[in-house]
Amino acid sequence: MSFDAHVCENGHVTYPGHTLCPECGAKQTETLDLSGRTGEVVTWTKSTATPPGVRAPNTIAIVQFDLGGEDLTDDYVRAVGQVTTEAVETGDAVEPVYAEELRDPEAGIKVPESQEWDGYRFESV
Amino acid sequence: MTVAVIGASMTKFGERDAWIRELIAQAGEAALDDAGVEPADVDHLYVSNMASGEFEGQGGIMNALAHDLGLMPAYSERVDQTSSSGGAGIYEAWQSIASGASDMTLLVGGEKMTHRSTAESTDIIASITHPAEYKHGLTLPSFAGMTARHYLERFDAPRDSLAKVAVKNHKNGVDNPHAQFRKEIDEETALESPIVADPLRLYDFCPITDGSSGLVFTTEEKAKEITDDYAVVSGIAGATDTHVVHERDDPTVMGGVVDSSDMAYEMAGIGPDDIDVAELHDMFTILEFLQMEGCGFAEHGEAWKQVEQGRTEKDGELPINTSGGLKSKGHPLGASGVAQGYEIYKQLVGEAGPRQVEADTGLACNVGGFGNCVITTIMEAR
Repeated sequence: MSFDAHVCENGHVTYPGHTLCPECGAKQTETLDLSGRTGEVVTWTKSTATPPGVRAPNTIAIVQFDLGGEDLTDDYVRAVGQVTTEAVETGDAVEPVYAEELRDPEAGIKVPESQEWDGYRFESV
Repeated sequence: MTVAVIGASMTKFGERDAWIRELIAQAGEAALDDAGVEPADVDHLYVSNMASGEFEGQGGIMNALAHDLGLMPAYSERVDQTSSSGGAGIYEAWQSIASGASDMTLLVGGEKMTHRSTAESTDIIASITHPAEYKHGLTLPSFAGMTARHYLERFDAPRDSLAKVAVKNHKNGVDNPHAQFRKEIDEETALESPIVADPLRLYDFCPITDGSSGLVFTTEEKAKEITDDYAVVSGIAGATDTHVVHERDDPTVMGGVVDSSDMAYEMAGIGPDDIDVAELHDMFTILEFLQMEGCGFAEHGEAWKQVEQGRTEKDGELPINTSGGLKSKGHPLGASGVAQGYEIYKQLVGEAGPRQVEADTGLACNVGGFGNCVITTIMEAR
């Protein structure tokens, strides 16, 4: 399992991937693994009113990964996901940690087989 | 061809025993009555609804309504654009008249939601998110929490300013007989209510609601034959923004609001300063700030100052959400955008009762998803 951002022919980076690059319309041909990198919390919330099968409270953050030193057009890529702890602050450094099941596939409205349920949470460094 | 609105209706919003078919039939019948139009006169019927299948297991509601109101052989269509289904219905109705395809169009928006638990409703609504968001349990309220935190931290806005939006809209809702909540609240109540998505609390959110609303559209030529009091749709446009919310360059800008309002202003040949009254999609208090800025009523990062100064109060320079907004009126998804049109129409023809403000030009901004799709409508009195 890797934490893949997607890169188009013109060096734009998105997480998650799209059929065509939202920035320029080119095909996304490469991936960029964000696991093992450190990101910064842009903003966060602690949600107490969660849907069926989701942990409560559910702390979530938007995290920005710096790509400035790499041969890409975009300087950064953002991702969103659960935070491992309840306490987090804007500006905190975090790293992705793998979780097999982020919510109970059987409890929500989506057909379980139509989705993937594993992914990466963020943990303060 | 200039498109006119000649009638409008809104059923009581709140917890209703009626199911979706009955709700939309009530609003449809009342809108025809208000316009003085016979069922046989209707050429096109649009039904704005996000999720009658998911909420109730009821499909094909446009055909049900056409038959229940005796509109056959009118063309009928269901319009789903999530929370902006109502605004999208106004756009469809406008197109039907402007194109010449229909001389008389009935639009009805409706949703039946309160029979589901809050958790189930939240999940039905959250199903519109990207799988990468959904699997983390992200909900529309959680997007609002993250956006509000970013806005308050970045623009140094006081937490109280969000509570003031809730207080204002509850105050306006008292004068709306169709509103779900007709009760004033004070800032303290809003600021001490339970946390839903930190830093947002219960009173920063609109409720789960049943309800329906209707509008009748025709050509301006025909409108003149029927009534002296009508409004015209002088500008209307829709736009989208990224489906995945965190992919936006600036989390405090809803591109769909900016783009759709720019296009609507251009079509109407006016600007933000010409708007006398506005209905904004305050599904969450923070959205009133984002739309005030996106529609050009305030500079980026400064809407909260205008709210603090009272400019958006009913007796202020630009009254916003005289209806009570989604916050106190309620938010039956597919009905909300139609009900925004109802409020603007009633204000422009002088039939808003105790909510009446002086207005010749009004704007409604209806937001779907978390700004994923937006319809902005401008109406002018004639």
